[in-house]
Amino acid sequence: MKILIVDDFSTMRRIIKNLLRDLGFTNTQEADDGVTALPMLQAGDFDFLVTDWNMPGMQGIDLLKAVRADAKLKEMPVLMVTAEQKREQIVEAAQAGVNGYIVKPFTAQTLKEKIDKIFERIEA
Amino acid sequence: MDSSNVISEQNLATTRELLAEMEAGDESKARQSLETLVRSGESKLYQELGKLTRDLHDALNSFRLDARISDIAAKEIPDARERLNYVISMTDKAANTTLNAVEESMPMCESLENQAGELQEQWQQFVQRKLGANEFRELSQRLGDFLQESADSSRKIRGNFNDVLMAQDFQDLTGQIIKKVITLVEEVEGNLVNLVKLSGEQAAPEQEKEKSEEEKRQEAIAGQGPVVPGVDSGEVLSGQDDVDDLLSSLGF
Repeated sequence: MKILIVDDFSTMRRIIKNLLRDLGFTNTQEADDGVTALPMLQAGDFDFLVTDWNMPGMQGIDLLKAVRADAKLKEMPVLMVTAEQKREQIVEAAQAGVNGYIVKPFTAQTLKEKIDKIFERIEA
Repeated sequence: MDSSNVISEQNLATTRELLAEMEAGDESKARQSLETLVRSGESKLYQELGKLTRDLHDALNSFRLDARISDIAAKEIPDARERLNYVISMTDKAANTTLNAVEESMPMCESLENQAGELQEQWQQFVQRKLGANEFRELSQRLGDFLQESADSSRKIRGNFNDVLMAQDFQDLTGQIIKKVITLVEEVEGNLVNLVKLSGEQAAPEQEKEKSEEEKRQEAIAGQGPVVPGVDSGEVLSGQDDVDDLLSSLGF
């Protein structure tokens, strides 16, 4: 399982990377916004995308939409991990086809639950 | 005596003089008296103009002389920006120090945990007298190595915990810096209020441009960072549970 972590803050990327490693996902790469992430996704063989919302350049919601619009990437599970928690935003993300939504600050337990749920649903 | 009244003792006297001078045919004196009369009529206007000029002058001076305002603009705001940047770099450093310590300690814990598990299995076999002499020699060698590694790792992990502990000093320092910036913001706010008072209420609020539906929608979903309790309003969900509820109501 190859995972791309997208967040503009390197510390948050490190936190998520460590939590994922603890959950057994050791193959992770990082990008600091949508502009960097999209070509990586298109070029690489990623299985899962974890992205922040509020980033300079290309925001997470636009990255999600770009992934869903890309024939090769459109099936990729996407988990948003973000401080954005307005009702409209969550509805927007859901409509854009997000697979899971975690609000910061979050716990290791929440991350595990959401990831488990995403893969349960995919395997079902 | 109010010099602004047309019918005044002085004007009356001047008029009499003027009449006498005209009758006497004294051209230059008559002209002088006439000018005096005209000027007295204009004096009210001059007075008002003078008052306005003085007010304007005072207002301009109170601005120009308020060195504090120019000081804030020229020095303290850029200072505050630097201070806040310093806060970012301090919190960044603390987070990275902590993450370094954690990332170094985790594999040590994992290694100890794994070895302890394996040794425990072998130890159980020894207790149940299922180990041969060669196997026991191997176990005792491994136990010795494990104890050595335990001591080394514990020392390193304790050192790392100490680093994590010390990295928390940013809280005190950044707190002090941020408080200072808050004080400045309060002062700027006070000065802005004074400015609004000075400029009076003439400046009517600009008519707000009607926003299109699409603009409103874009605004509603624009990323804006963490919600601050008591400051941010609107339909903000209060945490993961609310988000989960909303998503499940949307069919998630």
